[in-house]
Amino acid sequence: MRRVRLAVSALAALLLLAGGAAAQKLPEGNSCIECHRALGDPRVTPPAEKFAQDVHLAKGILCQNCHGGDPANSDMQGAMNPRKGFIGKPKHQAIPQLCGKCHSDAAYMKRFNPTIRVDQVQEYYTSVHGKLLRQGDQKVATCISCHSVHNIRAIKDQQAWTYPVKVVDTCGRCHGDAAYMKGYKVSTDVVEKYKRSVHYEALTKKGDLSAPTCNVCHGNHGATPPGVNSVANVCGTCHSLTEEMFNKSPHKKAFAAMDLPACVTCHSNHEVRKTSDDLVGTGEKALCVNCHDPKSAGYQKAGAIRASLDELGGALQRAAAILTQAEKAGMEVSQAKFELRGAADNLLKARAEVHLFDPAPVRKLAEEGVQIANKMYAKGEQALADLRFRHRGLWISVGIILVAILGLVLKIREIDRRQA
Amino acid sequence: MTPRPRSWRDLVRAADAWVQERVDLSGIREVIRHKVVPVHRHTLWYYFGGMTLFLFGIQVCTGILLLLYYRPSAEEAYESVQFIMTEVQFGWLIRSIHSWSANLMIATLMIHLFSVYFLQAYRKPRELTWVSGMFLFGLALTFGFSGYLLPWNELAYFATKVGTDVAGQVPLVGPLLTRVLRGGEDVTGATLSRFYGIHVAILPAFTTAILGVHLFLVQQQGMSVPPAIERSGRPVPSMPFVPNFLLRDLVGWLSALAVLGGLAAYFPWELGVKADPFAPAPAGIRPEWYFMYMFQTLKYLPAKIGPVDGEMVGVMGFGLGGLFLLLVPFLDRRSARGEKSPLFFWIGVGIVTYMVVLSALGYLAPGGK
Repeated sequence: MRRVRLAVSALAALLLLAGGAAAQKLPEGNSCIECHRALGDPRVTPPAEKFAQDVHLAKGILCQNCHGGDPANSDMQGAMNPRKGFIGKPKHQAIPQLCGKCHSDAAYMKRFNPTIRVDQVQEYYTSVHGKLLRQGDQKVATCISCHSVHNIRAIKDQQAWTYPVKVVDTCGRCHGDAAYMKGYKVSTDVVEKYKRSVHYEALTKKGDLSAPTCNVCHGNHGATPPGVNSVANVCGTCHSLTEEMFNKSPHKKAFAAMDLPACVTCHSNHEVRKTSDDLVGTGEKALCVNCHDPKSAGYQKAGAIRASLDELGGALQRAAAILTQAEKAGMEVSQAKFELRGAADNLLKARAEVHLFDPAPVRKLAEEGVQIANKMYAKGEQALADLRFRHRGLWISVGIILVAILGLVLKIREIDRRQA
Repeated sequence: MTPRPRSWRDLVRAADAWVQERVDLSGIREVIRHKVVPVHRHTLWYYFGGMTLFLFGIQVCTGILLLLYYRPSAEEAYESVQFIMTEVQFGWLIRSIHSWSANLMIATLMIHLFSVYFLQAYRKPRELTWVSGMFLFGLALTFGFSGYLLPWNELAYFATKVGTDVAGQVPLVGPLLTRVLRGGEDVTGATLSRFYGIHVAILPAFTTAILGVHLFLVQQQGMSVPPAIERSGRPVPSMPFVPNFLLRDLVGWLSALAVLGGLAAYFPWELGVKADPFAPAPAGIRPEWYFMYMFQTLKYLPAKIGPVDGEMVGVMGFGLGGLFLLLVPFLDRRSARGEKSPLFFWIGVGIVTYMVVLSALGYLAPGGK
């Protein structure tokens, strides 16, 4: 029992050590930290404790750099003397300027990182948050709302509130809280919607940190919702080829005339789901039929585009199936499988070309792809025919061998009888 | 005027006489006429030596055919094997038979080796036959190891990496041995070229020489009769090697050919994915089945055993095991005197059990597949 207890204690100590590994050593002889820790008051002690994890501590920036005062003075009155610049807890409205004291000073910031940006505060005042703050709104986000306070971590730190996978929850603390957001004309279901999106899936399940989260589309310090006319530009920062095609398409003008946002009209904004060929065409799930009635040219074009995609998709599937069947039977079809990728590439390109909303280029790609797929299907058929030939050949050979064995056995018997 | 031959028998006789007039083959004829094989309850085991020889013959023939198309470079090896499998007429058959026959040959060689061990056929005066046979076994394993890399596929590449790493654990000369085997610090195209050279030139040359010695000794000393049968004192019947034993051998060889055909047609030897030295090692890297017991043992050994690396202890253990088998005719004094030798019998049982259990664990234990 004693051994078990010892082992548990050792494990607990190890875990504690591991947990504390990220924390830094708080400076000694700093009266702010020493007094605030010693007080044990839940209002003033946590900031001092949390500071062990703050990136500023690592750079030698301590309490007095933001709050003023004299940490060398062990007397509380002396340490917190306004004559020594002590400002206490800064007002909500003053926070951007307080942070900007250093973060907007290029010369000062270069001492720590020569490539760091110094325009965050300036940008902040162009954001909805900054504008409202200037109007006296005490609820809007400032620097500490997103970066935390007293335990501010570098943006690359996986525990930072601003680390890509955590951004949605950081924004969601306000934007997902209906009670808090009451009075503002913004919906609070955006967080839940985003979490159902293909972007969130890529970010969290595939670990693709380049997948967009809130700040990628809205901006971070200058956070503003993109307007109807600029949505395509926002999506186009990543989906540039698609944006280029859309801009060449007849939809560009038509959407603008109807005041419809470009990408969002078909793909939604926060809840961007995985696309499928079903979204194109004239079927039940197709989006085209939302605007195009069956007699329109657009309806016919949508049907033609879908038919091309289906034809290539089907040919690709058929070829892949027969090659897999041949491969499972032990036939060497890796070259054919490699060449079939050409058809898959064409399907991918054709799906992108859908954004031109013109059946001709999609048809061209589909025809080329179908040609490759059919060629590979023929190779699969040939492989299966070869397999049948091998099996037939084997059984004929086995038959001949069996006859030879039978002849040998008879000969052996005859020799044995003669010798006996 | 020479009379015209009347039938094919006359034709054979005429050809025979023609050769005899020029080369005196009477000595060989006498040897063949008088060569006999003892007949007793263990005669079955005699067939495995011949079977191994037959499969080796298949290896030589199919290997020569593969040489016509194979290109030994990191850039072309995989593609050339792919070409053999898909474009060359019956290339798939030749390659599959070469691979399957290699495995069957190692299997029959192991059966031959352990049947000789358990029947104590290594005892005086056949010590040198046993030693030459052990060398042939080593050569066969080296054939397998070097041939495994030649298609330059992912599994073979990483298995060779692991295998040559293990060679690095040989005391004193290990790192040098690894460098020599790889032709550099890592497994590269240079390794492939030297494995190819070893596989198609060096090993066949050594094998031909040692196989010649082995067969000569078998011929000189005849088949060994197990000591238990000798001790019974009863006369041991025999059968002529030609044609009685040879025809029976032929039945076995033809059956092996049918099995090889079946394996090649229904389970063609896979080619896998081309090796990519920059890709991470795939899951499930494992050597050929005949190295599995060693591989599994090394997996179970701790990183350090006392001050020595665990792997080094394992490699030394296998080295000592091989040395024991090589020297067994000189260590087993009781069987040399024709007496029972239970100690060596049980050591043999232990070795076989160890190999079977560890190999099975290699395939069946969690993470072994």
